[in-house]
Amino acid sequence: MTMIFGVPLAVFMGQLTLGLVNGAFYALLSLGLAVIFGLLKIVNFAHGAQYMLGAFAALLGFRYLGINYWLALFLVPLVVGSFGMLIERFLLRRIAHLDHLYGLLLTFGLALIFEGTLVNFFGVSGARYATPEALQGGLNLGFMFLPTYRAWVLVAALAMCLFTWFMIERTRLGAYLRAGTENSQLMQAFGVNVPLLITLTYGFGVALAAFAGVLAAPLYPVSPTMGSSLLIVVFAVVVIGGMGSILGAILTGLGMGVIEGLTKVYYPEASNTVIFLVMILVLMLRPAGLFGKEA
Amino acid sequence: MTFMKKTLTASIAVAAASTMAVSTAHAEISDNEVRIGYLADMSGTYRDLAGPGGEAAMEMAIADFGGSVNGSPIVIFSADDRNSADVGANTVREWIDQRNVDMVGGLVASSVSIAVTKVLEENNGLGIVSGSAASSVTNEHCTPNHIHWVYDTYPLANGTAKAVVEQGGDSWFLLTADYAFGHALEADVTKVVEANGGEIVGGVRHPFPTSDFSSYILQAQGSGAKIVGLANAGADTVNAITTASQFGLTQSGQQLAGLLIFLNDVHALGLESTQGLLLTTGWYWNMDEESREWSERYFEEVGRMPTMVQAGIYSSTMHYLKAVEAAGTDDPEVVRAQMADMPIEDFFARNGSIREDGRMIHDMYLAQVKTPEESTGEWDLYEILSTIPADEAYRPLSDSQCKLVQN
Repeated sequence: MTMIFGVPLAVFMGQLTLGLVNGAFYALLSLGLAVIFGLLKIVNFAHGAQYMLGAFAALLGFRYLGINYWLALFLVPLVVGSFGMLIERFLLRRIAHLDHLYGLLLTFGLALIFEGTLVNFFGVSGARYATPEALQGGLNLGFMFLPTYRAWVLVAALAMCLFTWFMIERTRLGAYLRAGTENSQLMQAFGVNVPLLITLTYGFGVALAAFAGVLAAPLYPVSPTMGSSLLIVVFAVVVIGGMGSILGAILTGLGMGVIEGLTKVYYPEASNTVIFLVMILVLMLRPAGLFGKEA
Repeated sequence: MTFMKKTLTASIAVAAASTMAVSTAHAEISDNEVRIGYLADMSGTYRDLAGPGGEAAMEMAIADFGGSVNGSPIVIFSADDRNSADVGANTVREWIDQRNVDMVGGLVASSVSIAVTKVLEENNGLGIVSGSAASSVTNEHCTPNHIHWVYDTYPLANGTAKAVVEQGGDSWFLLTADYAFGHALEADVTKVVEANGGEIVGGVRHPFPTSDFSSYILQAQGSGAKIVGLANAGADTVNAITTASQFGLTQSGQQLAGLLIFLNDVHALGLESTQGLLLTTGWYWNMDEESREWSERYFEEVGRMPTMVQAGIYSSTMHYLKAVEAAGTDDPEVVRAQMADMPIEDFFARNGSIREDGRMIHDMYLAQVKTPEESTGEWDLYEILSTIPADEAYRPLSDSQCKLVQN
């Protein structure tokens, strides 16, 4: 049996695969955060709670309205994203002219409200969301049994990341957005409704988080606190990648997923902290992040 | 003497006399109130096995007792320890310094209990640990200032692990929560498995808490062990079992052994994925008429059937209050001795008594999760297979490392 640093090849490959799946997940989540921070300069601490709201919306939609998984994948981001737009329009816009810290505090407060309300009604044990039939079972890859659903998460997350990157970097709408955040007065002079663009963009970032939430619902028990532990990791990923870089968020997310996966093989006790160690290293050596532009 | 001096002496004498009178009148119950602190995880991994439901159980005990002891009202303070030893210890320190709390109950995460009981020892307080599992709480971490009430890792290992090995599960992979409780359970299970002819072929320690068990389940599958033992609890166990079923762990021939399973875990996971699981419990709501009666009352208050920890919180609080009444004081040392003098025989504990190491021993039960067909209701989840008598279930005093035990 081939060994890699004392671990059998099969186990190594298995962990690598799982690491990629997790990484795609981190990429999707940090993408939403990077879009919101990079373009709107809002530190969205409610991102984890919005991810959780996506998962909950899928769960409750199924329980009370009979909305199945595939419909939820489409509807839930729209619903939660619209909710996000309301937050931007009525809350965040009022403090947009202030220091970033206020945006952080406001969104943090919102996160606590969402989580606390749901904990009150649902407890923290978490509810199960059934894996859709078409995605049940698994693929025997030889070195491991990969549940089909996880393969789907990898594909869906990467597809969404690619789509977002394309929209922002390669379309006119994306160009307007990028220009609008650099010089909003000039853009408004050209007739572009910049405030509306900002609201839509925040809504889009939130929708990305909710999309990740629906993807997560069959994987992890749907609990009101599922977003809070993930949020801090996602922030670390965004910091490592570079706060303003879309591509950086995607590549770093994947990379960190793999690093975390490998840590779980060789020294599992550190798997919760390895991403933060990397963040510290990156901040010391390249403060703007791996793909960030020096401000 | 001059007039001034006479008055001064007289006033001092009167003051001294009245202080003495006051202190004798209140020497029985301090501050004229019996103050109980409830410390537990109210919002995290272990919320549902004790949490707010445990506080409700404590309040039920106080109400059933009459709300006061010898005329002094009973007051509860509650706090969320967030499963953090620091938060727990500081909260109890504040309770002792500023609120003169007489007894601290609840106490769920083992790391919290170990830290809190040290604070209680330093301050001559009294604690009743109901939620924690680590057997070290009455072993190397025993103190004269706390009692361990409901269960610990020793009977869990002795019950579940022994039964599984006897059924043929002789090679084990242990998935352990990386903190005091997990380590204690891992150690106790290893001893029992090896003593019964089995072997631990591998293991991994996961951070506490963890939500993604995929890579650990993968390692368990790669180990080739017949049994994958889950040395964790609460949401960790639920996540691990869910992930194991996603990865087809049981389909490929391995079996899961849940070393610490609570009623709310089985309820959350559903009978489909937990049927047939063997577990050891200190109590079950439906085990006999007395338990059923109390549990139905609890269900009316809380809306969920109680776990063994929540029932144990009621039982221990009741026993404590009876001891305070019998002793006529809430002085921790006196009450502790009084509690040890009284046997415990209530709906929760059969053949219960408190040992010199602070361990409350009582009958434990080996149970199995019912199949969906066998279950007649939402909470009808266990079948009690056998009783493990009180004097056999727990670590014998001859093996104890507790400083209070003469060995």
